[in-house]
Amino acid sequence: MGTTTPIATTRSVTGMPTGRLAVWWVIGSEIVIFGGLLMCYLMLRLKFPHWALNSSHTNTFAGGVNTFVLLTSSLSIVLAHYYAERKEELKAFGLIWATIFGGLCFLVIKGIEWTTEIQNGFTITSSLFWSFYYTAAGLHALHVIAGMCLMGWISIDVLQKKNMHRVELIGIYWHFVDLVWIFLFPLLYIAK
Amino acid sequence: MAEYVAHSHDEHKDADGHGPSFYIKIWAILLVLFAISVIGPEFGHRTVTLITAFGIALVKAYMVAVNFMHIKHERKYIPYIMFAMLGMVFLFYIAVSTDVQATSGTNWENAAAKAIIEENKDFEHHLEH
Repeated sequence: MGTTTPIATTRSVTGMPTGRLAVWWVIGSEIVIFGGLLMCYLMLRLKFPHWALNSSHTNTFAGGVNTFVLLTSSLSIVLAHYYAERKEELKAFGLIWATIFGGLCFLVIKGIEWTTEIQNGFTITSSLFWSFYYTAAGLHALHVIAGMCLMGWISIDVLQKKNMHRVELIGIYWHFVDLVWIFLFPLLYIAK
Repeated sequence: MAEYVAHSHDEHKDADGHGPSFYIKIWAILLVLFAISVIGPEFGHRTVTLITAFGIALVKAYMVAVNFMHIKHERKYIPYIMFAMLGMVFLFYIAVSTDVQATSGTNWENAAAKAIIEENKDFEHHLEH
């Protein structure tokens, strides 16, 4: 029982693998979560133009480097999927860990950035802008951590040539995490 | 025991059939767009900022969704679900923004918001010029 393939992995009532449908379903809910948060930010940002003063204290360089890191990690996970399809498990494994490393770099940069901001007196309670900043970036960082953990778990299976389709599933999720950052970056770092 | 689900990948192979060089090319284009989105707002022109920062973000999002997430090759209802979710988000914005962005309306007034705007009037004046 414990070693058999879960029914959901092979069943395809909807015309596509259930696992992939589930990932898209998760992404659909995430669109509403992040979309709602960003729309609230946008409404208040338009209402209070002086928020530009607060956003001028965010570190554009750190945000830019993190954009580069996430875009590059998106490339490594799509390549991991490519090699997983060809059952080249060592290449797929290496690329999954390159993506995890990208996530780690992102978190380290984010940690340095937040430490500097907190030391400068910009905390989550400083103003409504900073509340949004830490909530949106923090929620996104939690998604990065979740993605890294899942990739670590999937990489073990990949080495054993098991559940190779999961590389594609985690890839779709990771690209979504990248997509969210693509919108967070101009909103929090560029619009000053 | 768990096996590689071949049919899901065959669908993708037929649909895109791209190799690593294609993905590297997309990544390079994304980096160029990213550079433009950082440089554009440096000109300090509102329209240029909107186009380069936010317009390009939309282009980048489209490129990631199509080329990396392969959304075009999914069943048709997947993009429909995603657009429906985005539609919900915009509906939310349209429904509440008129009240949230105002400081007063029929039988109500947001005194705290008015006070904040009043306090920062100098900055708004500075922005206009």
